[in-house]
Amino acid sequence: MFRAVYRLSSAGARTLVRTRPRYAAPVASRCYSHGKVETDEEFDARWVTYFSKPDIDGWELRKGMNTLIGYDLVPEPKVLDSALRACRRLNDLASAIRILEAVKDKAGPHKDIYPYLIQELQPTLAELGISTPEELGIDKL
Amino acid sequence: MLRQAAGHMRGLLARRASVAVTSSAVRMASQGHEVSETVDMSRPMYYDRADVPLPDKPYKDLLTDADKSLKQKEKGPWTQLSKEEKIALYRLMFCQTYPEMKQKTSEWKTVLGGIFFFLGFTGLVVWWQRIYVYPPLPKTFEGDSQAMQLKRMLDMRVNPVQGFAAKWDYEKGQWK
Repeated sequence: MFRAVYRLSSAGARTLVRTRPRYAAPVASRCYSHGKVETDEEFDARWVTYFSKPDIDGWELRKGMNTLIGYDLVPEPKVLDSALRACRRLNDLASAIRILEAVKDKAGPHKDIYPYLIQELQPTLAELGISTPEELGIDKL
Repeated sequence: MLRQAAGHMRGLLARRASVAVTSSAVRMASQGHEVSETVDMSRPMYYDRADVPLPDKPYKDLLTDADKSLKQKEKGPWTQLSKEEKIALYRLMFCQTYPEMKQKTSEWKTVLGGIFFFLGFTGLVVWWQRIYVYPPLPKTFEGDSQAMQLKRMLDMRVNPVQGFAAKWDYEKGQWK
């Protein structure tokens, strides 16, 4: 998870570190001192499973994406891959492009996150035929 | 405003949700007099928010035949869609792109201008009050009276150690 490397809420960009430090970050937005802490991997796996539901419906996709964007992190490529495939199952190209715009916006001042995500997602984007906002020219005004 | 309550839980910047009134949500008030389009707030609404990427409903509900056939084409491989078709599909679903949403407005100029205007107006009001409302200053503010008060304070030795009278040289009768 990118929040293991960055605190998005703090200012200042640092260079992207590919290997993540191995510590368990707490579950997003909970601060309890006792109780099990969810690791980054568990978080990612949970969200991949959520979007991988074969008969996911539009509401669940929207709810999942809106919740995910509400967290203080940029989703991992595998979570986004799962979400884009859910868009494909729902025949919703527009939402797929919107998701890409949303994660670019989530990265905020850290300009190197989005190119990394696109690089990681390139096989999926090519396979599903999803154009990035840049390719469509809608990333400019 | 319902969206605002949900939006606060996101914990991000509060943006005013720009409610795009779609063709399906228009209901004119009855009885003939001119009323602006009312939006049925009890149904899912469209909104452009950076922190809520996928709104409750698509932007355009009423599709033309061309749109409908495009939607049919969307069910097939997306690799067969041209760029223009993809952009058209996006614009059917969404009103503004993220860059359009996040455009800087000149609202701050209006706000700052308004602040200065009302400060200026307040200044005029205070000036008028000074002239027409405030009573005349007491006689003790005049120069002679001030001198007598000063002499009395020195005679009383006000703050003789470190303060007022301490700075007066009593032998020479002048300030130190």
